[in-house]
Amino acid sequence: MVAESSRKRKGKIRWSKLYSFAACFRPLTSKDRLAARELIGQPGFSRVVFCNEPHLHKRKPYKYPYNYISTTKYNVLTFLPRALFEQFRRVANFYFLLAAIFSLFSLAPFSRASLIAPLVFVVGISMLKEAVEDWHRFLQDLDVNNRTVKTHISNGVFVDKLWKELRVGDVVKVNKGEYFPSDLLLLSSGNEDGVCYVETMNLDGETNLKIKRCLEASLCLNEDEEFSKFKATVHCEDPNPNLYTFVGNIEFEKESYPLSPSQLLLRDSKLRNTDYIYGVVIFSGHDTKAVRNSTRSPSKRSRIERKMDHIIYILFSMLVLVSLVSSFGSLLYLRQDMVDWWYLQLPDDNKVNDLDDSNSEKYDDRFFNPSKPVQSAGLQFIRALILYGYLIPISLYVSIEVVKVLQTMLINKDIELYDDVTCKSVQARTSNLNEELGQVEMILSDKTGTLTCNQMEFRKCSIAGVSYGGDITEVDLAASMRMNADFEPFEFSIDETDGATRSFEPFEFSVSSFSAQNWNARLTKTEGPVIKGFNFRDDRLTNKNWIHGSNLFDITMFFRVMALCHTGIPLEDDNHKTDKLSYEAESPEEVSFLIASQEFGFQFCRRTQSLMVLKEFDLSSMKEVEREYKLLNLLEFSSSRKRMSVIVSNEDGQIFLLCKGADSIIFERLADNGRAYEQATTMHLSSYAEDGLRTLAFAYRTIEAAEYESWNTIFTQAKATIGPEREELLEQASETIEKDLILLGVVAVEDKLQKGVPECIDKLAQAGLKIWLLTGDKRETAINIGFACSLLRQDMKQFHLSLSRDAESNNQVKDMKEDILQQIESSYKMVCEERNKEAPFGLVIDGKALEIALRGDVKDEFLQLAVNCASVICCRVSPKQKALITRLVKQYTGKTTLAIGDGANDVGMIQEADIGVGISGMEGMQAVMASDFSLPQFRFLERLLIVHGHWCYQRLSKMVLYFVYKNVAFGLTLFYYELYTSFSGEVLYDDWYMTMFNVMLTSLPVIALGVLEQDVSSDICLQFPALYQQGPRNVHFSWSRIIGWILNGVVSSLVIFLANIYILSPTAMRENGFVADIDSLGATTYTCIIWTVNCQIALITSHFTWIQHLSIWGSILLWYIFLLVYGALPPNFSGNAFQVLVEGIGPAPLYWMITVLVVVVSLLPYFIHIVIQRSYFPMDDHIIQEMEQCYKKYDVRDNEMWVREQRNSQRSTRIGFSARVDAKILSFNQQLQQKKLSIYRSVTNSPIYRSITTSPFS
Amino acid sequence: MCRRIFSTCGVAAVRIVSGKMVLSFYLFTQQSLPACKPVLTPGWVIAIFLFMGVIFIPVGLVTLRASHCVIIHSMVVEIVDRYDIDCVPEPSRMDKVSYIQDDSIPKNCSRFMKVHKYMKAPIYIYYQLDNYYQNHRRYVKSRSDKQLLDGQKYHDTSSCQPVESNNNRPIVPCGLIAWSLFNDTFEFIREGAELKVNRKNIAWKSDRGHKFGKNVYPFNFQNGTLIGGGKLNPEIPLSDQEDLIVWMRTSALPSFRKLYGRIEKDLDVDDVVVVNLMNNYNTYSFGGKKKLVLSTSSWLGGKNDFLGHACVFVGCSSLTLAIIFMLLHVKYRRPYGDMSFLPWNRKSFSG
Repeated sequence: MVAESSRKRKGKIRWSKLYSFAACFRPLTSKDRLAARELIGQPGFSRVVFCNEPHLHKRKPYKYPYNYISTTKYNVLTFLPRALFEQFRRVANFYFLLAAIFSLFSLAPFSRASLIAPLVFVVGISMLKEAVEDWHRFLQDLDVNNRTVKTHISNGVFVDKLWKELRVGDVVKVNKGEYFPSDLLLLSSGNEDGVCYVETMNLDGETNLKIKRCLEASLCLNEDEEFSKFKATVHCEDPNPNLYTFVGNIEFEKESYPLSPSQLLLRDSKLRNTDYIYGVVIFSGHDTKAVRNSTRSPSKRSRIERKMDHIIYILFSMLVLVSLVSSFGSLLYLRQDMVDWWYLQLPDDNKVNDLDDSNSEKYDDRFFNPSKPVQSAGLQFIRALILYGYLIPISLYVSIEVVKVLQTMLINKDIELYDDVTCKSVQARTSNLNEELGQVEMILSDKTGTLTCNQMEFRKCSIAGVSYGGDITEVDLAASMRMNADFEPFEFSIDETDGATRSFEPFEFSVSSFSAQNWNARLTKTEGPVIKGFNFRDDRLTNKNWIHGSNLFDITMFFRVMALCHTGIPLEDDNHKTDKLSYEAESPEEVSFLIASQEFGFQFCRRTQSLMVLKEFDLSSMKEVEREYKLLNLLEFSSSRKRMSVIVSNEDGQIFLLCKGADSIIFERLADNGRAYEQATTMHLSSYAEDGLRTLAFAYRTIEAAEYESWNTIFTQAKATIGPEREELLEQASETIEKDLILLGVVAVEDKLQKGVPECIDKLAQAGLKIWLLTGDKRETAINIGFACSLLRQDMKQFHLSLSRDAESNNQVKDMKEDILQQIESSYKMVCEERNKEAPFGLVIDGKALEIALRGDVKDEFLQLAVNCASVICCRVSPKQKALITRLVKQYTGKTTLAIGDGANDVGMIQEADIGVGISGMEGMQAVMASDFSLPQFRFLERLLIVHGHWCYQRLSKMVLYFVYKNVAFGLTLFYYELYTSFSGEVLYDDWYMTMFNVMLTSLPVIALGVLEQDVSSDICLQFPALYQQGPRNVHFSWSRIIGWILNGVVSSLVIFLANIYILSPTAMRENGFVADIDSLGATTYTCIIWTVNCQIALITSHFTWIQHLSIWGSILLWYIFLLVYGALPPNFSGNAFQVLVEGIGPAPLYWMITVLVVVVSLLPYFIHIVIQRSYFPMDDHIIQEMEQCYKKYDVRDNEMWVREQRNSQRSTRIGFSARVDAKILSFNQQLQQKKLSIYRSVTNSPIYRSITTSPFS
Repeated sequence: MCRRIFSTCGVAAVRIVSGKMVLSFYLFTQQSLPACKPVLTPGWVIAIFLFMGVIFIPVGLVTLRASHCVIIHSMVVEIVDRYDIDCVPEPSRMDKVSYIQDDSIPKNCSRFMKVHKYMKAPIYIYYQLDNYYQNHRRYVKSRSDKQLLDGQKYHDTSSCQPVESNNNRPIVPCGLIAWSLFNDTFEFIREGAELKVNRKNIAWKSDRGHKFGKNVYPFNFQNGTLIGGGKLNPEIPLSDQEDLIVWMRTSALPSFRKLYGRIEKDLDVDDVVVVNLMNNYNTYSFGGKKKLVLSTSSWLGGKNDFLGHACVFVGCSSLTLAIIFMLLHVKYRRPYGDMSFLPWNRKSFSG
């Protein structure tokens, strides 16, 4: 008893010690831990792992799966049944399956082959596509499964083993930069203290490194040889998807130690900053948390396809209707007239009754059995269902699949979407959603890795009240260019606040240089080598020129803060060519500071536990000297403190507190004598923030030794405290020392945006898309990026939704809900009041508030507000919340949403959105794997949506509508003919004509239309992004259009059929007296149909390349060739179609004249419709096509009018770069006005002027 | 490798580096193949309608002239005589079916046809049946093309149901169509002299040559209890039984004509042709009509106004439309390619 309690205490102490080092993880409180211990062995916590004894896991009950992972949908055995099942879930396919089955029982009006062949073809193609897609998945799995890892076999020997062969209990050694093959229990690491750093970007999207720490007991196991005798048993929880929990204990050398998440290394995360680690496989393969967390990507269908189902239903009802009419008509004929038709030899009603049973059984024509008219009618109904099956476009699905695959190919091949840097191009991973790209209304974007490169660049700083690195921003540049375009060149200059006068040269730009490329070229023009993370150009500071400046002490202190106040470590470079070091730190910001300070001459070269070494430029000796600073304390950064300090003493024993932190926090802690630069700095801060730069304020204070000593005791005490109050104590202790600071200045780092992001967002905004930013980052960062991407700007009214401190501390859901609801309501009121004004709104909401706002009863209000804001920024949201927001937005607005992200934390969102886009430039693959499209760069989204999306949308909608038209036009002629055959089910056309119709004679033009049609060229699409609105408003696929096309089909079929029977019957069709029989009429009518549907598609097409010409006119030609060849086959095969063209209809001029007349008449209604529409109710694309035509005569670019119109066409947007430029122009104009005024005043007030004006000479 | 070239230097490089094929493939993948983009301008619309008018009206008139008698020099003359009722003697008219089925009554009958317009040879003789569903599915399918070609050598006559065999011996030609062969006969007499009717070459040449066997003779035909239509001379091979061949080209519609023969002499105005016919065929049980048609033909075939009327109508409508659009264009002219029609320039647009 005593022994056990002592062990417990020991455990506690050890824990507390650990905690003092790693502040990353909240330790389990003792209560939790007790609970955890009790849980082990209970259901859900029954896993037992014998470390280093994987062979024990080969047999039950400890048999766990291998580390093999499979993400495929099918395997060899299940492919056929499952894929077939998937195929026949489509209504149309199922219908055709039934038709094929009926054809086996001679119920069908056609031959078996003509029914079964197309079905096999259609289903075969679709299944082939499934198989190929699954094969690619399999190859990806293979790639992952065949990675190798060093695994312990015996006697301390480690060999490479494939990932898939790993077993639970294996001991593995993972080297720096490698991914963990499965969930591992950390035993020891290359670092002495058993710490390792882990990058979990693939799991949760967080970019900062996480610290994992092994148990002290296993610390000694850091050599290969140690593992020859190592044995331990782990009892832990069963596999589950929870990334942040882990309960278990390890029995090692007869002692039991509790385990926590900080010993668990998760699959898909990566070892960083640590040479190697040893670990034991705890969960393998499908048991790992990462795999458990991933959901199988849902199969998505586009809107058009969903609507297409409804069209199919309409056609089905048409089909059933005409079939009913047919069978009912057949019933009437059979009961009343048909028995009198002796030439059919139907048994007479009366006679049948007399006939003996054997005879009536012998009677085998079940379709026309007068004794059983109802049964016959039933059979006729089934036959009619199959006969009119041409109303249902069987090849529609397969054509769509083919078209989409080709579209996908063209998207993938687009050179404009090829990234030279990563050598990757756009990949459409599913071909289902091409047209959905043209209907997007809302973009939900991740920040890190998507908009930004996750790379910080040191951009500007303000030291001692002087701003350095002040460069003109893109907005200024663009605004001045626009002004130049609008007004006469006007020279003026703005005095930069740092005193250096820079004139605005951009005013000399002409309109022709009004393009994004130009701005970029000018802005990224750098002198000297580019240093990653350092984009700062100011001669006053670089190249050690700062030594000539004033305020030298403050400047040096500023650089010292930069070089010392951080947690980074320098990396030994392998090549010592340069004396520059590279750094690694928890956040990329710190890295950029370290690089910057190195550039300024304060190189941080070494760090030990208590020492930091700087290579400084000594002012007195004008030489570089190494200085050692003793690190006394480190007051860590936390999100609540928003600051970080180090207390160091220099070689002279002076103690400094160096502090960096958010400006608001620092400013309230300044000493009265430390506010010398406050005013100037504040001004700089706001201008930096406007440019979307992230700012941090630097300050310092000197501490007397005595004061330090007394404070240090308090602090050490606080550090040694155990329990929940520890944190509070530490904070209090820090509070007492971090005061009376002296402000040095601020730095501004740029969270570097990816190339072309602002322009892309601008174009997307012009296209009418709404962009929401969802990020796991903190609010300040999110807002910065909002500014940088022009999602926010200064004149925008911003709403910030967050939990008030009271509500948060109470932790009462009800209170929080009320709090949020109140905020939402007040904001919404404001939106309603000011809606008429042009001022846009921005909404910023953080994760905690969002969690409340997304609850059942609040979410409607929240979404209403959010939808009314021009831009919405959600910060500190978890992956789950991202997915939730996406789903809610999708459901609430009913709009098509596109989610774009790069990390595993975006997977939920990507899967939830209508279209998921993954950024493929980065290392992680999860987002790409889950996505429907992968882009190497965010900026490609512009072209993908505005060009390809728009094209695909209108292509596919045109194609589907045409398909419906063509099948209605064809199918109905079959029905009309029935009316003339007493509904007996006779078909006007030869079986082979019918089979050829969808497969050969009309398929190629449709595919050409679906792949190559362009309403306007890609350049024009990009110049008129507003054209994109056609998609979201769904003008090309509205119900009125669908009904219109069906009606058009009905009209065409009527015209074709009636004209043919009235012209060809009953008189002779040729000079030699021949009359048209069933085959001549069939061939003639069919010719008319082929001509009509192919000419109709020529009318739809607005972009003829040789391919379209070939397919359309070729199809018509093919029909004649087919008829010739088919007619030349022996009559055994061709039946009555034998020589039908050569001898029957071909020589008849009537035949050719009918064709011309019928084609013209049947196309006339549509033609008149489009003429009226084009002339008096033109659509956007019509006008732009006309403009394109008009200006083609002149040079497009030189035409002034073109440029003007194009600019006019840019919708006044509320967000985006253009909107910001507009705002800037406004402010420039005001400045100009003021300047003029002041010049005028100064002139008028000057004594000379006065003297002149008042001089008697004038 | 190729991609890199493309991406860095674009089209120009391709043009230099490689041939025409590669370039056009490149243009294809970049979706920038040279294309013609017709835009429907008012000018085009008016021109198209005018063109259609100009083409269709004359064509229609020519067509009408070919077939119709209204225009001065008509080409096609047609005489139609319905005889199915008149050829039944008065007393039997109450029960025409039993009359026609009674083999003991002679069925001859004389009709007088007056020629009201000069008819130029060849004059085609048709018999026309109305309300006769030769296109009934059961009927159409009831034949065996292989048997017609190969005769008894071809045994599988299942497709000929229900007329496939009699007394366990196959019927040649089998099937309902052949069984119900039309068997009225016509003799034409003008001014006391017989008008010779040429009954050769009334069927398709390919049918005679390739579909109906030269060595196939009718066999066991019309020997059963139920006798349908005409009988065939078992001495003559099927390929020469042109009546049968014509009959077996089933008609498309329930009202149809079939060629009977040609009179190769001109008929003058006011000639009276006496037709001695044998009224054998039973159309009475189902209320069908029988007509005898004498008709000349033009290059467009028989007398049919529909095409001509349709052409003229379409031509006139096109002209009218052309005029309407012209007027509209003059009055409400929409500036071509005018930006103010773009939705985002309209005031009502809300985004």
